[in-house]
Amino acid sequence: MSTLHTVNKSPFEKPSLDACLAHVGGGASVLLLEDGVYAATKGTAVEERVKGALDSVKLFVLGPDLMARGLSEDRVIEGISVVDYAGFVDLAAENDKVQAWL
Amino acid sequence: MKFAIQVNEGPYQHQSSDSAYFFTKAALEKGHEVFRVFFYHDGVNNASRLTTPPQDDRNVVARWAELAEEHDLDMVVCVAAAQRRGMVDEGEMQRNGKDATNIHPRFRISGLGQLVEAAIQSDRLVVFGD
Repeated sequence: MSTLHTVNKSPFEKPSLDACLAHVGGGASVLLLEDGVYAATKGTAVEERVKGALDSVKLFVLGPDLMARGLSEDRVIEGISVVDYAGFVDLAAENDKVQAWL
Repeated sequence: MKFAIQVNEGPYQHQSSDSAYFFTKAALEKGHEVFRVFFYHDGVNNASRLTTPPQDDRNVVARWAELAEEHDLDMVVCVAAAQRRGMVDEGEMQRNGKDATNIHPRFRISGLGQLVEAAIQSDRLVVFGD
């Protein structure tokens, strides 16, 4: 059973991402959207934590939400895939369920 | 694939109503079915036909309504959440002795059972909120 986890909070505002990463098992997918996209960028205080998570989970970030915040794709940590809304739909369909970490 | 969408956040609050809208639109464009969009908590405010956003801003309510019109979407507002927030249709107006209605005709007010049913009938339930 694979699960798509969505995190829409900035890691500098709420501990949703930490809670999610502490819970998810191997093979899970995590999509960062809305203010959650800040966690996908290089040079932040959570960069190492996010990079470490890449060993066991697949990380995705919603491109339109990066763009809405003036963040270009070249600022995204290597290993994190940028997807659009169609890609978000595909991830939701490919996994068995979707869990939102609100 | 059959999707059910849950919206827990009001329009112009943060971004979740927008995210839910774009996800729903993308799913429909990809040929998926959207069984129901369920508006819960502050999400019920997405159903007000009285909103008047500035002309250069997106009209969240009209946008949902247009998508529903185009794809014959079932958009349901939670009755208990609606009563608390003053979201009123004809039936609620009469039942609770109110003097007006404010719900957009593309939305309908019903119970939480509609969310449970949507979760059971759909392959995926995707939740958006604050």
